[in-house]
Amino acid sequence: MMASVFNIFLTGVGGQGIGMLSEILLRAVDHAGFMVKAVDTHGLAQRGGIVVSQIRIGEAVYSPLIQSGCADLVIALERHEALRAMAEMLREKGTLIYYDAVWQPLDVRLGKAKTVKNRQIDDLGRTLNARVIRVHRPELQDARMQNVAVLGLINKYNLVRGVESIHYQQAMADLMAGAGLEANLHLFKNVQNEIKV
Amino acid sequence: MKKMKDMLLTREPFAELVMGNTALVRAMIESGTRVVTSYPGSPTPEIATAIGSIPPEQRPFYFEFSTNEKVATEVAYGAAVNGHLSTVFFKSVGLNVAADTFVQLSMMNITGGMVIVLGDDPGANSSQNEQDNRHYARMSYTPILEPADPREVYHFYLKAAAFARSNGMAVILRLTTHVCHAKQKVNFGHWRPAVPDDTPAFDPANGPYIPLAALVFPFKKRALENLSRARKLAESQDLNTIVDNGNPARGVITAGLPFHSLMEVVKDIPKPPDILKLAMPYPLAADTVTSFLENHREVKVLEELDNELETEIKSLAFDRGLKVKIVGKRDLDDWMGEYSPDKVRIVLNKVWPDIVGLPKKEYPLEVAHRPAQLCPGCGHRSAFFAIKQALADTDITVADIGCHTLGFLPPYEMGQLLMCMGASTGIGSGLSLFNKTRKVVAFIGDSTFFHAGLPGIINAIFNQHPLTLIVMENGTTAMTGHQDHAASGRNFNRATEKIPIRKILEALGIKHIYETDSYQQEKLRLAVEQAVATDQFAVVIARHPCMLKFTRQRRKQANYRPYQVVIDQQKCKRIQTCIARFGCPSFVRHANGAVKVNPDLCIGDGSCLQTCPSSAINAPGPVEGGNRTVEGGTSHLQKESQ
Repeated sequence: MMASVFNIFLTGVGGQGIGMLSEILLRAVDHAGFMVKAVDTHGLAQRGGIVVSQIRIGEAVYSPLIQSGCADLVIALERHEALRAMAEMLREKGTLIYYDAVWQPLDVRLGKAKTVKNRQIDDLGRTLNARVIRVHRPELQDARMQNVAVLGLINKYNLVRGVESIHYQQAMADLMAGAGLEANLHLFKNVQNEIKV
Repeated sequence: MKKMKDMLLTREPFAELVMGNTALVRAMIESGTRVVTSYPGSPTPEIATAIGSIPPEQRPFYFEFSTNEKVATEVAYGAAVNGHLSTVFFKSVGLNVAADTFVQLSMMNITGGMVIVLGDDPGANSSQNEQDNRHYARMSYTPILEPADPREVYHFYLKAAAFARSNGMAVILRLTTHVCHAKQKVNFGHWRPAVPDDTPAFDPANGPYIPLAALVFPFKKRALENLSRARKLAESQDLNTIVDNGNPARGVITAGLPFHSLMEVVKDIPKPPDILKLAMPYPLAADTVTSFLENHREVKVLEELDNELETEIKSLAFDRGLKVKIVGKRDLDDWMGEYSPDKVRIVLNKVWPDIVGLPKKEYPLEVAHRPAQLCPGCGHRSAFFAIKQALADTDITVADIGCHTLGFLPPYEMGQLLMCMGASTGIGSGLSLFNKTRKVVAFIGDSTFFHAGLPGIINAIFNQHPLTLIVMENGTTAMTGHQDHAASGRNFNRATEKIPIRKILEALGIKHIYETDSYQQEKLRLAVEQAVATDQFAVVIARHPCMLKFTRQRRKQANYRPYQVVIDQQKCKRIQTCIARFGCPSFVRHANGAVKVNPDLCIGDGSCLQTCPSSAINAPGPVEGGNRTVEGGTSHLQKESQ
C-alpha cells in the first residue's frame, strides 16, 4: 500500500484524449488496490480549451482537487500546457512527462505571444529539481493515440508506484474493445523511443 | 469492456468507480423514479449520457430533453401529480428559466414526489455567472440537500426522493461542478424493480391545484408546514457529519464540496478545528448548529459563494442568546470562486493565520492563455469571417448562448454583448431604438432559437424593430455535447419530424429571410449586406452542420480516410489572412512567418481555401502514411529538438 498521498495532474487541449488517459489511470490505480479519487475539469474544453484531470491516490485523500505545487506527477499532452501545469502544480523533485505536441494558443497564432520552447521546460525542471521526460512519436498514424504512448512510458518508468502493467491493461480492457483495444494495447506494450531530457 | 448500462441495471449490490452524475442515475433507478426531464447544460449533461447508455425499452423510467428548463420542470410536475416520482435536472442558470414554474411547486401537493437536481457552477467554469441557487430555496420554501461527493450524490438522492414522495413535495438536490465530475468508488444497493402502477392518478381532490388571489393562503401554509418537516430531516444524525478534533476553542461549519477542501487543508496541522458539515443548507438544522456553537468559543462559517448559512447562523445565535464569536465572510474575495483547497487556505488564513498558511507560490508563467475557440471546420468561423466583411466597424453585434458566443474573441470580435439564453433579439431590438446610424445584428443558435429565442423574435416582428437576426444553424445543441433539438430530426428516444426553422420564420410573416450554407462566404456576406439594408426585421439563416459531430461520426465509418489541406509554400505570400482573420486553429505560425498546417488538427474541410488572397491553400486531399508528420507542427518540433 502506498504510504502517503500521491497526486497526479493531467493536462492537455480538448480533443487530445486527456479524459480517456485519466480514466485508464484511475481504473488502473483501482485495480492495483489503492484508494483513489479523481475529477475532470473541462468547461468549454471541447472547443480547444484546456482539459485538466486530477487523480489522488491514498487513504488520507479528501478533496479530488490537488493544491498548487503539490502534484507528484504531471502528465501533459501538449508543450504549452506542460509548462503551464509544471509552473502551477508540480512539486519540487516531482516528475513531468509530456508528449511534445504543439497546439498553438490563439495569441501565439496571432503573433501576440511567444510559443513555448523545450528549453523553458528544461529550465524550470532544473529549478524544481524535477525529472522531465519528453515523449515524441511522430510515426504514430493517429494523433489520438499519443495519450496511450505516454501511458506506455508511465508504465515503463514505473511513474505510479504499485501500479503494474497488468493493471493498466485491465483498465484499458474495461474501457475499450475490438480493434481499438488491440491497437492501443500493442502501442502500450511496445512504445520505446521516447527522448529523455 | 465494461458497459455502463450493465452496471446501472445490476440487481445486486455492487461497488464501482463512477462520477457524481453517474451515481445519480443509479440512485434514480433504485428509487423507482419514473419520469426524468432536462435541458442540457454543464455540469449536468453526463447524467443524460448515463441514461442514454440504457436503450429506451430497457430504461426503468421515461427521459426527455425538453425544449427548455421551464418546460422540463412542467413535464416533471405534470407526471408527479399523476403519481409518478419525477426528477428534473439542469444547470445553475437553468433555474432562472424554470423559475416561474419552480417557485409555485412548494405550494402544490405533488403526490408522486419530485426532485429538482441543480448543477451549480461555483467558479463559473462554463456559465455566465456563478449564481448561488440556495437563494431560490429560501424564496420558494424548498428544502435543499447538498452532497459533497459521488457517494453522497447517491445517498442524498435516495433520501431526497423518499422524503419528496412521502410528503408529496419538491426537494432540491444541489450539486456543484466538481461534485458532478468527481469520481470515486461508490457502494450501491439493491435494485428491485417493482411493476410500476401507471394508472393516471391525478385527482383534483388531492389539491387544490389552482392558486389564485385569496385562495393562495392555504397553499402557502402547506409550503411552510412542509418546510417544518424538512427541518427535522435537516437535523438527521445520519446526514450531517461532525469531525470532533477535541478543540473547544475553534470550530468550522461548512457544507458540500468545501468540506473536503477544508479536511485537506487541516489534516496535517497540530490543532485542527472541530468541523460540522451540514447536509442541508436550507432549512437550517437549528438544534445541531446550536449545540455546535455552544461547544466552541469561535466558529468560522466556511461557505462557498454567498452568505446564506452565515446569515442564518448569526440570526440563530442572536435569537438563542449564544455567546460564541461567529466569523463569516471577511472581504469581497470570500464571495467569489470555488472553494478549492487552495481557496480555503486563503479564506482561513485571514481568520486563523496561526494554523493555516497560504497556498504554495507558483512559478512565474510565460505561457499564453488558451481560451476556448471554434473547432477546425466550424461553420461559425466561416460565417463570422464573412459577416464581419458585411458590417461597418461601428455596427453593433449581439451574441447569444452557444458555441457561436466564442465569436467575441479575436480575430472575429463578433458579438459584443451577451446575456443569457434567447436574449439577443430583445437586446438588439432595444439597441435599434433611436438608432439611425449603427446597424444592429443579433446572433442565435438553433437550440436556443427553440429554447427561449421565439418570444424575442415575435416581439421584433410585432413591434417592428429594424434589426437583423442571424440564425447560426448547426443542427444540434453543440456546446453541451451534441444533444438533439426540435429541428434535429431526433429526440432523445427516437426519430421525429424536424420542425424547420425556416418554415416557422415564414409562418411568422417575416418578409426578409435569407439562407445559405455558412461555407459559402461570399453568398453569406451579400445576404447580410442585403438584410441590414432593409431597415426592417430581417433574418439570415447561416447553416452548416457541427463539424466536430460530423467528423466524429465519419471517423467511426469503415471507409473513413482523413483529409487535410496543404499550404503551397511557393505560392504563400505570408499575408496570413488564414491566421490573422480567418483564425482556424489548424494553422501554425512559424517564427520566420511561414504558415503550415497542424496535422493533428486539420479535418480537411477546406472552408479556408476561399480566404487566401494568394490561393496558396491547396484543396484537401487524403492523408498519406508519411505525409502526416512532414507538413506542419510536428515536423517543426523535430527540427527544434535536434
